[in-house]
Amino acid sequence: MKILVCISKTPDTTAKIAFTDNNTKFDTSGVQWIINPYDEWYALVRAIELKEKDASTIVHLVTVGGADAEPIIRKALALGGDEAFRVNADSHDSFYIASQIASIAKEGAYDLVFTGKETIDYNGSSIGGMVAELLDFPYISLASKFELNGTKATITREIEGGEETAEVDLPVVVSAAKGMAEQRIPNMRGIMAARTKPLKVSEPVAVEALTSVTSFGLPPAKAGVKLVPADNVDELVRLLHEEAKAL
Amino acid sequence: MSVLIFVDIAEGQVKKVSLEALSYGAKLAEQLGTSAEGVVLGTPKEDLAALGKYGVSKIHHVSNPALDHLDAQLYTKVIAEVAGSTGATVIVFPNNMDGKSIAPRLSARLKAGLISGAVALPDTSNGFIVKKNVFSGKAFANISITTPVKIIALNPNAYPVRTGEGTATVAAFEAKVDSPRVKVISSTKASGEVPLTEAEVVVSAGRGLKGPENWGMVEELAKVLHAATACSRPVADAHWRPHNEHVGQTGIAIAPNLYIAIGISGAIQHLAGVNRSKVIVVINKDPEAPFFKAADYGIVGDAFDVVPKLTEAIRKIKA
Ligand SMILES: Cc1cc2nc3c(=O)[nH]c(=O)nc-3n(C[C@H](O)[C@H](O)[C@H](O)COP(=O)(O)OP(=O)(O)OC[C@H]3O[C@@H](n4cnc5c(N)ncnc54)[C@H](O)[C@@H]3O)c2cc1C
Repeated sequence: MKILVCISKTPDTTAKIAFTDNNTKFDTSGVQWIINPYDEWYALVRAIELKEKDASTIVHLVTVGGADAEPIIRKALALGGDEAFRVNADSHDSFYIASQIASIAKEGAYDLVFTGKETIDYNGSSIGGMVAELLDFPYISLASKFELNGTKATITREIEGGEETAEVDLPVVVSAAKGMAEQRIPNMRGIMAARTKPLKVSEPVAVEALTSVTSFGLPPAKAGVKLVPADNVDELVRLLHEEAKAL
Repeated sequence: MSVLIFVDIAEGQVKKVSLEALSYGAKLAEQLGTSAEGVVLGTPKEDLAALGKYGVSKIHHVSNPALDHLDAQLYTKVIAEVAGSTGATVIVFPNNMDGKSIAPRLSARLKAGLISGAVALPDTSNGFIVKKNVFSGKAFANISITTPVKIIALNPNAYPVRTGEGTATVAAFEAKVDSPRVKVISSTKASGEVPLTEAEVVVSAGRGLKGPENWGMVEELAKVLHAATACSRPVADAHWRPHNEHVGQTGIAIAPNLYIAIGISGAIQHLAGVNRSKVIVVINKDPEAPFFKAADYGIVGDAFDVVPKLTEAIRKIKA
């Protein structure tokens, strides 16, 4: 069993969101970077759990990013995984990134490709589906459970107001949501081991981006809260009904 | 040239997010001076001609039992075929669970640029630029699609359903349908409840409620409001509530018309997933709770005292 886990670097959840260059670039000054939580907590940890169950399982990680993504991929390796790939390219276009991942995935002949359900910066939710199409694999998105039985996977995904469980023969691409696994903290042994795990850097394959960011902006600030005394809920209801027209 | 809208159905019923996508697609077609058409896969139990009232002139229906459950690979192939034969230049999806499965595949298949999570109609005055949320709602980006065919996945509750007059012609579309590789073996749906991602009103509660046994009053309030229930992350992590109620930066992002937050402090990661709500009401006993800064209306008070009274007051005006 060979598993490829896609790892993305994102700003910390408390990072100040601001833009530079006439609102065309994200302002990275002072920003702490983390592994995209969905990639780390759910996709990566589930892959590691599968390896813990079956020691012959190989877990590889892939990231598409510049050299500044290396601390993130080392941190991911500290949680588990045998080796990592970094495709040396910086892009915000999902198709460009997915094409790089698909190229690595094709070469490695993986049975399973895991991604997080989305990144917390661009919120695209697109990489998994695109990789699946480029590989001609089935795709299950927003998976909350993943069980393996030989070469058959049983996967539960979120649907509106419920869940749907399906069986699919490997290979498959899965995007991982909450429920798949529980967050882990890397231990000292893992951190030491990660330092010497192979991290292979390759140059990107030539692909045309399909989209480009023209500008960023911040939503308008709220006008300020209207406080209603706790003993006058009728007033709140009146405001919601007549003023906000929300009831 | 035309706009093609994917109409997502569940158990034969057209989802609300599909009506939003139809309304959006119809408006976009008007803006581009072209026609809007819909595509339905599987076995609908509704009269498809009636979808004309959302502004589409034609519905392409691909009927095949293999399409009764989502297999994103099959769906993508079929939709690509319909898009090709109708000459669609823009394809609109709802950015719901199914849309997130299919739209990226179709984008890769057709080499058509995709904007997922669009919140407004494209600006077509100079190119094709779509606004979407980024950084989990803390910011937005304007993104230009540079390919001849374009795909937009529209966020739920971002565009109003518009109803007019009109019926659509319904045409059976014969597509080659392979046998599915994804075999659905079971599905559970909490019946009668409003799905969180589609809800217009959401009642959400946090650690301030002290324990799962106190959620009765939250559910009561949700019931009178015909609302979905949600919660903060620690509440889901402690298994007080199911994980699919967890909203925020690492849970589900929502944008209802009304969001009522009870006993939630308003941490930045929580706000990220809910600050697109049109009206935010906060009930918290701590006047310094950060959530008040992001709220439209607030009550500083004890939830155990305020919430039952609020439920009563709403029941009165709904009666
Ligand atoms: C990487 C990362 C990702 C995260 N993602 C998310 C996310 O997606 N969603 C999320 O919600 N959190 C997320 N968090 C956690 C977040 O930082 C907060 O810890 C969490 O939102 C707090 O939940 P809470 O408001 O329910 O609890 P608390 O912060 O404990 O707040 C409880 C509130 O209840 C009030 N209260 C207490 N008793 C009463 C009463 N009787 N009546 C009225 N009010 C009362 C208190 O004044 C307080 O404001 C994330 C954190 C990290 C580090």
